[in-house]
Amino acid sequence: MDTYRNNIDAVRALVRDAEVHRDVYIDDEIFQLEMEHLFRNTWVYVGHDSQVPNAGDYFGTSIGTQPVLMVRHSDGQVYVLHNRCPHKGTRITTETCGNTGKMFRCPYHAWSFRTDGSLLGVPLRKGYEHAGFDTSVAKQGLSQVKHVRNYRGFVFAKISDHGPDFEEFFGGSLSSIDNMVDRSPVGRLEVAGGVLRYMHNCNWKMLVENQTDTCHPMVAHESSAGTTVEVWKTAPPGTPKPMAVEIYAPFMSPYEFYEGMGIRVWPNGHGHTGVTKSIHSDYSSVPGYTEMMEKAYGAERAHAILNENRHNTVYFPNVMMKGPIQLLRVFKPLAADRTLVESWTFRLVEAPDMLLQRTVMYNRLINAPTSIVGHDDLEMYERAQEGLHVDGNQWVNLQRLYVPGEEQGDEAVTNGTSEWQMRNQFRAWNKFMTLSM
Amino acid sequence: MTVPSNQDLIDFVVREARLIDQHRFEEWLDLFAEDGIYWMPLEWGQTDPRLTTSLMYEDKLLLKIRVERLKGARTFSQKPKSRCHHVLQVPQVDQRDDATGTYVLWTPMHYVETRLDEQKLYAAWATHTLAWADGALRIKMKRVDIVNCDAAFGNIQLFM
Ligand code: FES
Ligand SMILES: [Fe+2]
Repeated sequence: MDTYRNNIDAVRALVRDAEVHRDVYIDDEIFQLEMEHLFRNTWVYVGHDSQVPNAGDYFGTSIGTQPVLMVRHSDGQVYVLHNRCPHKGTRITTETCGNTGKMFRCPYHAWSFRTDGSLLGVPLRKGYEHAGFDTSVAKQGLSQVKHVRNYRGFVFAKISDHGPDFEEFFGGSLSSIDNMVDRSPVGRLEVAGGVLRYMHNCNWKMLVENQTDTCHPMVAHESSAGTTVEVWKTAPPGTPKPMAVEIYAPFMSPYEFYEGMGIRVWPNGHGHTGVTKSIHSDYSSVPGYTEMMEKAYGAERAHAILNENRHNTVYFPNVMMKGPIQLLRVFKPLAADRTLVESWTFRLVEAPDMLLQRTVMYNRLINAPTSIVGHDDLEMYERAQEGLHVDGNQWVNLQRLYVPGEEQGDEAVTNGTSEWQMRNQFRAWNKFMTLSM
Repeated sequence: MTVPSNQDLIDFVVREARLIDQHRFEEWLDLFAEDGIYWMPLEWGQTDPRLTTSLMYEDKLLLKIRVERLKGARTFSQKPKSRCHHVLQVPQVDQRDDATGTYVLWTPMHYVETRLDEQKLYAAWATHTLAWADGALRIKMKRVDIVNCDAAFGNIQLFM
């Protein structure tokens, strides 16, 4: 039964000023429409170009539920290709990453393709002489995702021709990527430390919303961060505070702290917590690092970079970045009630190893399927995924600190416990869902 | 220093799993040396726990936080509690160094963790590095290599 397909008004009605209908989380048809519209009309993160440093290197991932390959061509450019043989649909690669040399060769009937996707050869070509092959789709090879942009190493792609160009789509939010990259004395990042993959039986948007949900840490994470604070109290006086305690304990900061840290929203659903400070502000300094940065950028600029302590930056639709931690999480939609969370970490090129060590520890403590903080959160998402099936009330409330007129969608800075960024995301959701309907 | 027999070492590893299955976590923690580590690598054949992340790489403080958390009144992911079950192959004594009192055992195992209506099965190898300290055998390192360590898992809440 089609409730939403070909019914743009029904889709629009799911998002109110400060409420959303539960179908955005639980309805299979809405999920399908998200894949057909939202994830094609927006710039979706594909990967980092340090994953494909050399010609022929490839990395397999997905845009929404569409399998794609990010590949470095001989011209040095990064291309994004649909991972499907034009002959019979066979996936060209199943390994997540590797080097394919000068060409991809389909394992089924040996059609071959250059690393920009164009067709190189077909065995027994004579058999296609009178078949109209030259005008077929197959002749084009592995189709390219048309709109690709590599911004300071971060590769984004947009499948459809609808929607704004890259600069307009991201606007001022690119400053969070800038800050993360600038934290390297040579302005370069490398994917490092391994990727944590964590399966969630909930809708992908619950995770995105949670990234700027500052009223939950002291409640949902009392079990993990609160216990850490209690156990740490029993340590003998004078024991140096371990890195792990520095990472866990600030989750227990009181409401006032989160109120004061602020939230900034940008057009098109992007936003971040931690405008003035964040739970990452008070980590111990890493020996030698500040000096390196001062040498590279000059004192004033170096301190400006390091004093920016943005907590979580949401890149709509499905990415979160932590500049001060050099961490990026991708919330990959698999089904209305299933999401794969990938947590990637980065090395600041030429910065001390100690920074990567902290990044890697942060990822393990907070984002692993074995993480006690992760357990706290996933329990809440899964309970919500179940609870939303209650028919008695079909609306999710996002009214906290609503500001009349905020629908304008301009850049704004607000109280750190506001749900404005969640509302911002849903306004963008509505816009990009219905853009091509 | 007492020299443990191979059977003593095997009994130690078997009892360690039993303490976890019976939720006797305080006794379990006592099996670790003060500088003991529980390591669950993320990568196949991982050698570096510092610059490559792991599923777990925990000292006694972090393990204690986990054990305390499991008892917490507001630990909602443990309402209801998880249960677990180990099936061990006979532990194999791979290395004995009686002079320093250091022993390494290798134990293939199946581990089941369950909560509510869900039950998950994992296959893994445990490598125990045991050392003689303060008149008893203690765990210096328990390393758990899950056969599909790099797969996307849901919650793993107890200890393999
Ligand atoms: S399916 Fe790829 S060559 Fe036939
Ligand atoms: Fe959380």
